Amino acid sequence: MKRDYLLFVLFTLVVLAAPCAFKGGYLLNVLVFMGINTMLAVALNLLLGFAGQISLGHASFFGLGAYFSGILSTTYGFNPWLTMLIAAVAVGLLAFGLGFPILKLKGHYLAMATLGFGIIVYIVFNETVALTGGPSGLSGIPNLRLGGILFDGDLKNYYLIWSFALVTMLLSINLAHSRIGRALRAIHDSEVASRVMGVNARLLKVQVFALSAIISAVAGSLYAHTMSFISPASFGFNFSVELVTMVIIGGLGSIFGSFLGAALLTMLPELLRVVQDYDIVVYGLLLIVMTMYMPKGLAGGIATLWRLLRPKKNGAIDHAQG
Amino acid sequence: MDLLQQLTQYAFSGLSTGAIYALIGLGFAIIYNATGIINFAQGEFVMLGGMLTYFFQTVVKFPAVPAMLLAVMTATALGAAFERLTIRPLKRPTPLSLVIITIGGSIFIRGISMLIWGKDTHSLPPFSGSEPLTLAGATIMPQHLWIFGITLMVIAANKFFFYFTISGKAMRACSFNRTAASLVGIDVRKMVLLSFAISSAMGAMAGIIIAPLTMTSYDVGVMLGLKGFCAAIIGGMSSGFGTVLGGLLLGLLESFGAGLISSGYKDAIAFIILLLILFIRPQGLFSKAQTERV
Amino acid sequence: MLRVEGITQIFGGLTALEDVSFQVEKGKITGVIGPNGAGKTTLFNIITGLYTQSRGKVFLEGTEISGFPPERLAPRGLVRTFQNIEMFSQMTVLENVLVGLHTRSRCGIFSCAFKLPWQLSEERRMREEAFRWLEFCGIGELADLEAGALPFGKCRSVEVARAMAVNPRILLMDEPAAGLNSRETADLEVLIRKIRETGVTVVLVEHDMELVMDICDAIVVLNLGKKLAEGTPREIQENPAVIKAYLGEG
Repeated sequence: MKRDYLLFVLFTLVVLAAPCAFKGGYLLNVLVFMGINTMLAVALNLLLGFAGQISLGHASFFGLGAYFSGILSTTYGFNPWLTMLIAAVAVGLLAFGLGFPILKLKGHYLAMATLGFGIIVYIVFNETVALTGGPSGLSGIPNLRLGGILFDGDLKNYYLIWSFALVTMLLSINLAHSRIGRALRAIHDSEVASRVMGVNARLLKVQVFALSAIISAVAGSLYAHTMSFISPASFGFNFSVELVTMVIIGGLGSIFGSFLGAALLTMLPELLRVVQDYDIVVYGLLLIVMTMYMPKGLAGGIATLWRLLRPKKNGAIDHAQG
Repeated sequence: MDLLQQLTQYAFSGLSTGAIYALIGLGFAIIYNATGIINFAQGEFVMLGGMLTYFFQTVVKFPAVPAMLLAVMTATALGAAFERLTIRPLKRPTPLSLVIITIGGSIFIRGISMLIWGKDTHSLPPFSGSEPLTLAGATIMPQHLWIFGITLMVIAANKFFFYFTISGKAMRACSFNRTAASLVGIDVRKMVLLSFAISSAMGAMAGIIIAPLTMTSYDVGVMLGLKGFCAAIIGGMSSGFGTVLGGLLLGLLESFGAGLISSGYKDAIAFIILLLILFIRPQGLFSKAQTERV
Repeated sequence: MLRVEGITQIFGGLTALEDVSFQVEKGKITGVIGPNGAGKTTLFNIITGLYTQSRGKVFLEGTEISGFPPERLAPRGLVRTFQNIEMFSQMTVLENVLVGLHTRSRCGIFSCAFKLPWQLSEERRMREEAFRWLEFCGIGELADLEAGALPFGKCRSVEVARAMAVNPRILLMDEPAAGLNSRETADLEVLIRKIRETGVTVVLVEHDMELVMDICDAIVVLNLGKKLAEGTPREIQENPAVIKAYLGEG
């Protein structure tokens, strides 16, 4: 527990200092995306890693956040901060209402139902042209403004996005070490036993589904206001799968793992730039190989490595004594 | 064209796509019943059916029938390999890990197909001419008849296999009770492998017979697979006949919905039905309620 | 304390329980025994809200609780353990017991996420109490180990500590001695007596006759879904119908 907080402080320092290392430009832009993806992966991890409930439609909450915020601020001229709040509340309520019937389903059926929901939302984005601009997208979304600062450059956006991402991570770490986090993990391990202990599994699952959707919606709103342009293509089934990939690769139930997963998947297309189009093949392989051979993800792998390295010291001492 | 003719037209095209959904849905149900797995990669084998036929027929220049046979055989082999390499080695399979692995497989197959055949859409020649026939005032392509015929044949073969052959009966035994099946000497692992092979073959056939109508490309598998799953859900996963009805119903609803309401929302119809059924009647429309055992 | 009235459970065409009624007295240890397939676990599943019975009623201290889901029974003081130990295997032993304290803590998602002051003090209080229950079951030193890695016997103790943390008034134990060696069974016996001393009523389903006859104040015998007999251990041991059911017709 203490280690998580220590790690968080170190992580925060690295995040704050990182831009000095990359003097602005293209890479900084990648880091902005990484921040958004980290938020999304952490949000999904609360549901998938802690409560053990899969969602293959999380890109839709991200998209709904982006479109609510984008449309209200662009078409109707609301203040972007206000639209972010409205988006969060609206998506939260929607997810809460949807959560009751959808989380009654388990396993494969839950996966298919969330997937279906995601596709319906995606189709709506494409078809309500008058509202969303349809497949050609919505442009001219205003930037956020705080006091005298207008968030319009990569460096400013970097700090904006990452402060949200860091807060998301901190709150999630808090949650993980609380009675709510324990109850969620208990549901994951044995839903029956958790209910016998008095955990209202059904309600708690719905609550965490809604919380996860709210964080995704805020990430969507931030995305819309920093990019100034959104189109349905960013919120389709493929992105939902990408989010699940981030969480799995990073490690189920590990907040820092989610960052690792998000970082890897944000960098991958950049790294594979030379061999364009290979990224989809690599995703597929990663998903299969990780699930088969490293079910606890990168975070679990690192932890195992850590444990393997440490007893070696003890082992060496034992050996010397013997 | 008057309204009646138009409706007949919708009905024909709805029934033919519905037949395709039924075939794909049966593939889902076969694997699910043998293993409890929903194979998210099912749609990719449909895509492979179409693309492999295109490859053998247009690129390698084989005649149509050998090309199709080769395509089905290749897809079947790939389906079996998929099970052997990814599902079987899994030490502690959970629903979550199986969902992820089959999704991973789906993405991988799609990615490789894109690398091999590119992103272009390819067309296949119809099986027998493109001269439309007129039936009950509506025009119908010969390919539609092929679809009906082949679907009926596959369903009949399917029925025969499951009820009149030893392997088929063994697979049914596995679906009732795997432990009991293995106790009476049925090789459950072989049956799982067989279920993947059969459902890949059926998926590939579906892909081949629809390709001349809709064209094919590396990414057609996702939607077709999901629609097939809807059909299976409507039918309640277990009942073969229910899945066929589910597929036809879905095809008709889509076709009429697209024609009479809005074509843009055509794809949404399947998913709205999927959600409604999962929420209200998860055991499907055509099967009796089962009590869940703790 | 606990009363079941005319419980009947039908699965498909199979009658698993037929018109079973009995009463559990406060502060005592009651055993439910019977040959395999007698319907003991089904009865437990009905009382604890995992199954809904076809007919019949369950009362807890005079209030009807038929059909209540388990999460509503825990706050009323009815808790159970499982035959095949439903451990939260990816959590530590201490965390397992902390989940037992779930109903006795209040903080919601918001106060937990923001670590508000009262959440911190509640958390401290919970940890202290969880440790007390670990000590109670004699496994204080295991607190930080992963539950999934424990040997079977220790899991039993963790499960009991977890159940006791809920602060039950009545504890239903489904075959607590199953899979334990004789030393562990002896420890279990001591533990069950200790639980009764805290004022908790205990009901147990058990196959280990020695244990049952030793510690139970009252015994209910089920056979083929029906109640065959009830009484003190001595009465049951002498009951010809019970002897026949256990030894067969021959």
